[in-house]
Amino acid sequence: MAGVTITAVRKWFGSTQVIRGVDIEIADGEFCVLVGPSGCGKSTLLRMIAGLEQITEGEIAIGGKVVNRVLPKERDIAMVFQNYALYPHMTVRDNMSFALKLAKLGRDDIEKRVARAAEILALSSYLDRYPRQLSGGQRQRVAMGRAIVRDPQVFLFDEPLSNLDAKLRVQMRTEIKELHQRLRTTSIYVTHDQIEAMTMADRIVVMRDGIVEQIGDPLELYDTPVNTFVAGFIGSPAMNLVPGIARTGGASPGVEFEGGARLPLPRTARAVDGGRVLYGMRPEHCMLGSGASLPAEVVVVEPTGADTQLFCRFNGQELSLLIRDRATCRPGDRVALVPDLDRAHLFDAASGARLAA
Amino acid sequence: MTAAHETQAGVAAGRAVVDTQGMNYLTSLPRRVVTVWVPLSVFVVVLLFPFYWMAMTAFKPDAELLSRAANPFWIHSPTLAHVKHLLFETAYPSWLWNTVVVSVVATVISIFCSVLAAYAIERLRFRGSRYVGMAIFLAYLVPPSILFIPLATMVTELHLFDTRLALILTYPTFLIPFCTWLLMGYFKSIPLELEECALIDGASRLQILIRIVLPLAVPGLISAGIFAFTLSWNEFIYALTFISSSEVKTVPVGVVTELVEGDIYHWGPLMAGALFGSLPVAILYSFFVEYYVSGLTGAVKE
Repeated sequence: MAGVTITAVRKWFGSTQVIRGVDIEIADGEFCVLVGPSGCGKSTLLRMIAGLEQITEGEIAIGGKVVNRVLPKERDIAMVFQNYALYPHMTVRDNMSFALKLAKLGRDDIEKRVARAAEILALSSYLDRYPRQLSGGQRQRVAMGRAIVRDPQVFLFDEPLSNLDAKLRVQMRTEIKELHQRLRTTSIYVTHDQIEAMTMADRIVVMRDGIVEQIGDPLELYDTPVNTFVAGFIGSPAMNLVPGIARTGGASPGVEFEGGARLPLPRTARAVDGGRVLYGMRPEHCMLGSGASLPAEVVVVEPTGADTQLFCRFNGQELSLLIRDRATCRPGDRVALVPDLDRAHLFDAASGARLAA
Repeated sequence: MTAAHETQAGVAAGRAVVDTQGMNYLTSLPRRVVTVWVPLSVFVVVLLFPFYWMAMTAFKPDAELLSRAANPFWIHSPTLAHVKHLLFETAYPSWLWNTVVVSVVATVISIFCSVLAAYAIERLRFRGSRYVGMAIFLAYLVPPSILFIPLATMVTELHLFDTRLALILTYPTFLIPFCTWLLMGYFKSIPLELEECALIDGASRLQILIRIVLPLAVPGLISAGIFAFTLSWNEFIYALTFISSSEVKTVPVGVVTELVEGDIYHWGPLMAGALFGSLPVAILYSFFVEYYVSGLTGAVKE
């Protein structure tokens, strides 16, 4: 097993730069998720690690060895593709042993490895079937089996769950995580789904437009997003960002909003007096109450059973609110939104950067 | 029953009835006759009539063939005289053998070259691969009736004139462009991820071609093969120009040059020769017709 080091990597497709200088250090045995909206360069980065794309500039090292000029087959990696990429003309057994045969392993060794992988993935009774005779989840497992029989240094996953239905996706998510806990192989996992990222990752890399916005463990990203992009991307429903003006001159520093409403500064925040800011509150960190609050009108109430999501309108902006209790309010009611000051955030309105003490 | 009436009846009888309507109106017998069987029989008659005429003439005595009184669509007293004449008094068996040898070898050479060319153009994406692809297609557009003049010079210079090798080497000039173009389309339908996956699995380009791409491209290979085989089997102009001895001729040329003397057409042997010459291709088609269709329409299903 080995860590992966990405140093100052850039990638041009013709004259468009899709990766604009990325540095990531992935430790040995870590499960690292690259997440971001489509077109952010996460898949390209993964393909560069795999050796399927040339690295225009910078360096990628696997296990301390720079692999820029190393062929994919010599990098000792395995990759699971979005559409599984199973060889349609081969049985599950042949699919799983293809790489081993190419590596000229002994027949007994191949047999043993395939049997072990099949057992881990509960595929033992499907070994002689063809991919077209399998369900989506089974195909997904074969694709993973094909990766684990090789016992590679690094697993690469390219949105492996996005072709599955919602229920199966949750199930496979758990399976992949379990598998990682069992094998402890360094894994790099690309997804656009922040929930997948949050639930599976040891560490998350949030990307946008070819640059890394933030790297950290899931809760770090959730608790202290470095800018409004990460704040809006991580967490569901997304964080509310309300524009206002910082007032730090008086005795009680706070943020003043259009229409005169005023909230105290979040506990960890620091702002320049008169600066334009965005007040960030996660839907689950707001309450209905009184005192320093935002006066809003309830628009929609969505009970999900466990909790209730409220959509309220404040200054023409829609804010969402997730409350544990059964909601008593109805559309049209006037309510007062009170943020949890320990868990509210403040961002600079122009740059989007976090304003922290 | 009108459509509107049917719908009303269906609505009245509930949803189950509505769901069984749709195109079922095609299944009533008179409608099926009009929509299926009549057009089908027209096709069959038009397509099979030449075969029928060929077979009729091949077994019809000359007297009956030339008589104005006889029924042109039927034989009174069938005869094997023409077949006998064809098989024992002309070099027809060796024409047939030549055609088989030339077609098979030219097809194999062409498919081999086309697979390599198509794969390289489609998947290696080397600099200028698109232009090479276009150039190959343009080569196919040059008519043989122009190309045979320079080719004739080359054939003579290489001392290949009047040999089967002359045809084996010149047929690929029109087979390779065609097969390459057809296979390029087929290779394009094979998902790129399969090859990338194989690349990571440790396969070389050649191993990918042999173990992943070719097994998946079998329908494409078969239709390219059938096309190449048929084109070489029926080829006329090169065979006419590059061959002069009777024993090296192919069927299309031999039949026309040796069974027509001046203005005398030996219709019986001529048609018998055409019949036996077209049977192998027809049989080949009937075996592979499914592959052939899927080869032309493309698509690898996972």
